[in-house]
Amino acid sequence: MRFVDEYRGEADAQAYVRLIRRAVTRPWILMEICGGQTHTFIRSGVDRMLPEAITLVHGPGCPVCVTPLELIDRAIAIAGRPGTILTSFGDMLRVPGSATDLLGVKARGGDVRMVYSPLDAVKLAQKHPEREVVFFAVGFETTAPANAMAVWQAAKLGLPNFSILCSHVLVPPAMEAILGSPANRVQGFLAAGHVCAVMGWMEYEPIAERYRVPIVVTGFEPVDLLQGVYLAVRALEEGRVGVENQYARAVTREGNVAAQRLMREVFEPCDRAWRGIGVIPRSGFRLRPAYAAFDAEKRFDVGAITAQESPLCIAGQVLQGLKKPHECAAFGVQCKPEHPLGAPMVSSEGACAAYYHYARSA
Amino acid sequence: MSDEPPPGLAGLQCPIPLSEYPHVTLAHGGGGRLTHALIERMFLAAFRNPALEPLHDGAVLDLPKGRIAITTDSYVVSPLFFPGGDIGSLAVHGTVNDLAMCGARPLALTAGYVIEEGLAMEDLWRIVHSMAGAAREAGVDIVTGDTKVVDRGKGDGVFINTTGIGFVPEGIHIAPSRARPGDRVLLSGRIAEHGIAIMSVREGLEFGTTLRSDSAALHGLVGGLLHAVGARVHVLRDPTRGGVASATNEIAASAKVGIRLDEAAIPVAEQVRGACEILGLDPLYVANEGKCLAIVAPEAADQALEVLRAHPLGRDAAIVGEVVEDHPGRVFMKSRVGGLRVVDMLSGEQLPRIC
Amino acid sequence: MCLGVPGKVLEIQENALGMTMGKVDFGGITKDVCLAYLPETRPGDYVIVHVGFAISKVSEQEAAETFEILRQMGELAELEEPRPDGPEAGAAGTPADPGRGGRERA
Repeated sequence: MRFVDEYRGEADAQAYVRLIRRAVTRPWILMEICGGQTHTFIRSGVDRMLPEAITLVHGPGCPVCVTPLELIDRAIAIAGRPGTILTSFGDMLRVPGSATDLLGVKARGGDVRMVYSPLDAVKLAQKHPEREVVFFAVGFETTAPANAMAVWQAAKLGLPNFSILCSHVLVPPAMEAILGSPANRVQGFLAAGHVCAVMGWMEYEPIAERYRVPIVVTGFEPVDLLQGVYLAVRALEEGRVGVENQYARAVTREGNVAAQRLMREVFEPCDRAWRGIGVIPRSGFRLRPAYAAFDAEKRFDVGAITAQESPLCIAGQVLQGLKKPHECAAFGVQCKPEHPLGAPMVSSEGACAAYYHYARSA
Repeated sequence: MSDEPPPGLAGLQCPIPLSEYPHVTLAHGGGGRLTHALIERMFLAAFRNPALEPLHDGAVLDLPKGRIAITTDSYVVSPLFFPGGDIGSLAVHGTVNDLAMCGARPLALTAGYVIEEGLAMEDLWRIVHSMAGAAREAGVDIVTGDTKVVDRGKGDGVFINTTGIGFVPEGIHIAPSRARPGDRVLLSGRIAEHGIAIMSVREGLEFGTTLRSDSAALHGLVGGLLHAVGARVHVLRDPTRGGVASATNEIAASAKVGIRLDEAAIPVAEQVRGACEILGLDPLYVANEGKCLAIVAPEAADQALEVLRAHPLGRDAAIVGEVVEDHPGRVFMKSRVGGLRVVDMLSGEQLPRIC
Repeated sequence: MCLGVPGKVLEIQENALGMTMGKVDFGGITKDVCLAYLPETRPGDYVIVHVGFAISKVSEQEAAETFEILRQMGELAELEEPRPDGPEAGAAGTPADPGRGGRERA
């Protein structure tokens, strides 16, 4: 596959590993923001190819993992309503709520359907005017243009039976929360390539300056990640701060202006609670008043939701890069993919799941 | 739900008059006249063989002396019809394959149907006809069966159970526990085609493809392998649900050995890769219905490969790994870029992802 | 958060709602993708697709340049392999600045 296979070459990967080894003179701590990057690191074994001096901590770039428990419980409650079809990306179906998950609701007769694209949910609403169709709109900035278009389409079509449960989160405020924390140890970042394909990298320049860190916009294939690590390490060794773009084949400084325009039309920034971390100001999106009719939170009164997290789950510390999954006492014991205590163990992008499936030793 | 009638069916009329009974009703499962008509005119007509003819409670067979293998499987696939097959052909192939994986030559199959009230009679006919064709091709008879009809909403169109018996020749001892360090792991062809073909027609995930399920009876392929290499075949396994990853994990656990796979050696069709990429699936966990894993003694590996490749169902066979002493019970894989990763057992079903 | 896959645009047309849609090829399978965010797309272009939307065009030129740099680095890495008899020669100050895998655009 073009523009994929070229970045999975063993010779090229090994060449970068050698160059990284040669460049490193002291320990460095790097964070890759995106769950998809974590997934590649561990699945391709690239993280183990890095010299010991480099510590990779996995950031909160898993929108599934950071969706607040209340929202998951709300989705579960909505899915259980007769006459409602709850549509969702695959990732969300097994994330544990307080008592069950969306697949559990399906097992008990709720109409829960997996879709590939939010537009599929709009089509479903057109096809079933007698049912309420709700789309669980999860994601970072990468997915916001798609979700915005779904709402915009529904508005254009005047669909009375379509709404979204919005759980959008934004990367830059999360990065600032991590960098601003007194416990922070992260010295350099691999920024999420596809988030930047949409947003560009302009927002990261002031962050790099303020906190004096290198930020490398990085892709998702093994060679992309190695090149990103190499650029970050070089910058750290040379004492340089600022933004570099490893993923130049897909990312420009301005990003996708058309996408940003529709996102701004449909969504506005708001404070958001991140599961396991807490509220980060202006770190999420909500529907603008003009589109409030499509807000499932307003449309469905599902009663009071009291969310209960497992006291054993340290997802928040893992998501902030303060602990690694295997440093959690419950990892692999009370908390496994078959009976997860928190979202990072279930979501395929979650750091805990990635560790469990790919890196756990006998 | 019914597409174009498959080749071979065109021109063949459904034996139950569709104008009278366009759908299966509860009465068809009641045991009376309608049941009898269904069995005689549809099942017996399609499966026609001496053992089935008496339509007695059971079939009596004259079996060769020796070890008899027996296996049973239930088929619940949805949709009922998919590119490359249907629940009927799958039900024959799957059970014949389970016998083959025991080193057994298939002797006879049973077929039990649980039909949901309201299933289109035409669809049932297509499925039965497809089963008959698959059985004929595999050289095995369906000698007895059962039919039940359940209330609308209590079934998914139709569920089929097949039990198969087979004969295991002398000297053949296939068991997962027989894998030994040093053995080579062979795969008979390209993986993940069945699961991806099913996905390509699932609502919400559809995509354009020429991929078809690889559903096929493997006893010919396996028979040839056993004939050539004999007792040096230690393990046979068809990687169905859970894919190659689950099958190798089960073998590793059973034999208390480690398995090392080489990602670059595993054959995967380009279209399967494309589909897995956009859906975020790992082909190692996707179901196969016409492939087998063979774990053979190292000195027999090259010959085994040659024999597999000489068969039409084994053209893309490859040596994809080896059995090791390290990490007993675990499977590891060298990734395409040279890194090492664990290939874990699946927890639940693999779901498409956006991240 | 970012399963984005590069695919080749085969055909472009407007759907019933006036939205520009493309048939995009991924290793031989095709999917209908919304091209509304990349209005300049032409058949033959490669685009990054996320949940049914093209979010960015793949720049073949940038990819080629990255590759050229990768190749140079590979050769450099080969050349600079430590000799068995002594410490590595010339660690820092590699020519042709292979570190710039991509570059910032003004």
